[in-house]
Amino acid sequence: MDYFLTEEQQVIRDLARRIAEEKVLPVRAELDEKEEFPWKIMNILAKSDFMGIYIPEEYGGLGYGTLELCIAIEELSRVCLGVSTTYAANALGTYPILLFGSEAQKKKYLPDIASGKKLVAFALTEPNAGSDASGIQTTARLEGNEYVLNGTKQWITNGGEADIYTVIAMTDKSKGARGASAFIVEKGTPGFSFGKKENKLGIRASATRELIFDNCRIPKDNIIGRPGMGFIIAMKTLDKSRTGVGAQGVGVAQGAFEVAAEFAKTRHQFGSPIISFQAIQHMLADMAIQIEAARSLVYSVARYIDSGAKDISKESAMAKTFATDVAMKVTVDAVQIMGGAGYMREYPVEKMMRDAKILQIYEGTNQIQRNIIGQAIIKETTARM
Amino acid sequence: MKIVVCIKQVPDTAEIKINPETNTLVREGVPSIINPYDLHALEAGVQIKEELGGTVTVITMGPPQAESALREAISLGADEVILISDRAFAGSDTWATSYTLSRAIKKIGADIIFCGKQAIDGDTAQVGPETAEFLGIPHISYVKKIEYIRDGVIRVQRMMEDGYDVVESPLPVLLTVVKELNEPRMPSIRGVLASRRIEIKKMGMADIEAREDCVGLKGSPTKVKNIFAPERRKDSMMIDGTPEEQVEKLIEEMRKIKCL
Repeated sequence: MDYFLTEEQQVIRDLARRIAEEKVLPVRAELDEKEEFPWKIMNILAKSDFMGIYIPEEYGGLGYGTLELCIAIEELSRVCLGVSTTYAANALGTYPILLFGSEAQKKKYLPDIASGKKLVAFALTEPNAGSDASGIQTTARLEGNEYVLNGTKQWITNGGEADIYTVIAMTDKSKGARGASAFIVEKGTPGFSFGKKENKLGIRASATRELIFDNCRIPKDNIIGRPGMGFIIAMKTLDKSRTGVGAQGVGVAQGAFEVAAEFAKTRHQFGSPIISFQAIQHMLADMAIQIEAARSLVYSVARYIDSGAKDISKESAMAKTFATDVAMKVTVDAVQIMGGAGYMREYPVEKMMRDAKILQIYEGTNQIQRNIIGQAIIKETTARM
Repeated sequence: MKIVVCIKQVPDTAEIKINPETNTLVREGVPSIINPYDLHALEAGVQIKEELGGTVTVITMGPPQAESALREAISLGADEVILISDRAFAGSDTWATSYTLSRAIKKIGADIIFCGKQAIDGDTAQVGPETAEFLGIPHISYVKKIEYIRDGVIRVQRMMEDGYDVVESPLPVLLTVVKELNEPRMPSIRGVLASRRIEIKKMGMADIEAREDCVGLKGSPTKVKNIFAPERRKDSMMIDGTPEEQVEKLIEEMRKIKCL
């Protein structure tokens, strides 16, 4: 279907696809098998301007928006979700600075992020704070001109590899969620180290690691926004990034669909290619319908965000939930269509199925997304009364 | 640092057809690419620019459709591109091509000139070195590594069959490069967009002040008498095994046909 993309959007799509096919596809199985961080691919993406797509031109980026970023994420996800997670998490970590950072912080950090010289990670989750972000136990205590951080962050994408970390920590525990603040912590700061590296079901090329803060002192100026804004910064960041997870869903579903359809044409049973059987055709038709619907929703929400809409929580949650549920279903069906071959590591769909599962979990589980949508519905219906 | 990179547009296929009447390559209907070795030459130029500053000018001699190769060069980091094109240049052999390129480079000016080691269509590997001769400057061929450039001197490793030579040269210099030198980058988003908008400069006979008797078919001492595909012979045989076994079998076969 034609989504009437601009010339720039088409260039981003075509180039992202070329990089995915020429540079990612030949190594994706190996990266998955060895759990190897895709530095080489990140460097290629950086040199080709992909790290700065959504960063304003004044800070060295290309000055495009959510849709352009989603298109790049979708194309990378079509080939490897591990690589696209690494790429998308970089944007996730950057949004707090981009949306709420001071002019000095933007000038200091964004140009290096846009050029790909520095990689970023977003650190919210903790052992006791996942879906319930108000359960954060990491603290930041003001001492003179410094904040002193103590605590442990868990399951941080790009952890250990990134140079810049945007970290949510409590500055006033008595205030609950309103006592959280956001900080910029650079790799190499004394008292900041990395713990356990996770061994995962999927997205194994992406790094998921513990961050440990042990009396880690950072300049007072490294706070993003004002004290107490941490929770709102985290929520607005996730509102902005969530559509990208939807784009990951569209991409991996598209990739799995293409492999399954191609296989169904060449695999013969009962004397005919299996694609000639209605059972297979209907499965492929349902996959195609869902992918197109998911893409339409993700692109529409991305355009809505780029139009400058203020409250995007509900729409971005819808795009994330729908597209990632589609990704799970489509990748499972791709394995089913391919039967035994689909289950084997020689074919890429088993990896796509393993990878897809995380999309329903990270950046807010799809249950939490439905809570967000539900809350918005309550608010809207109350306003109408 | 003023860097000039010479590129050639070549047919993108092993199925190169030859016009039996003119004995020249049929270029129509065959997709064209930048000669693969020239991509390494361009990458080398762009890397030097990134490290030492300066500009990269990419030139190609060819018909108007060679513009697409120049646009691609912009997407890969070139600052400026020039199409050297004139009806008078048609039919040039390597001598006339080198002469023409040298005239253009003289006008443009250059500290370092990069060429691919050879083109995959003609395979002569002559144009780079000949261009340097016409310019009266040194050349180093088959460069696989650039060690440094400083104080007007370049030091490189030149690939040889049994290792490499370390060669120094004053600038200006012309280098022909092998694919071991680097890994050509992918295009950038900014580069692709710029490549669609850039105005391609053109240079013809008058611009480069070339002598008419030195360009084109007339200026080419090479005369192609016949080009043909060798006939496939069916009486060949492959010998397998360890080298020792192969030698034994080979001797045996040669004895059979009374070669030995």
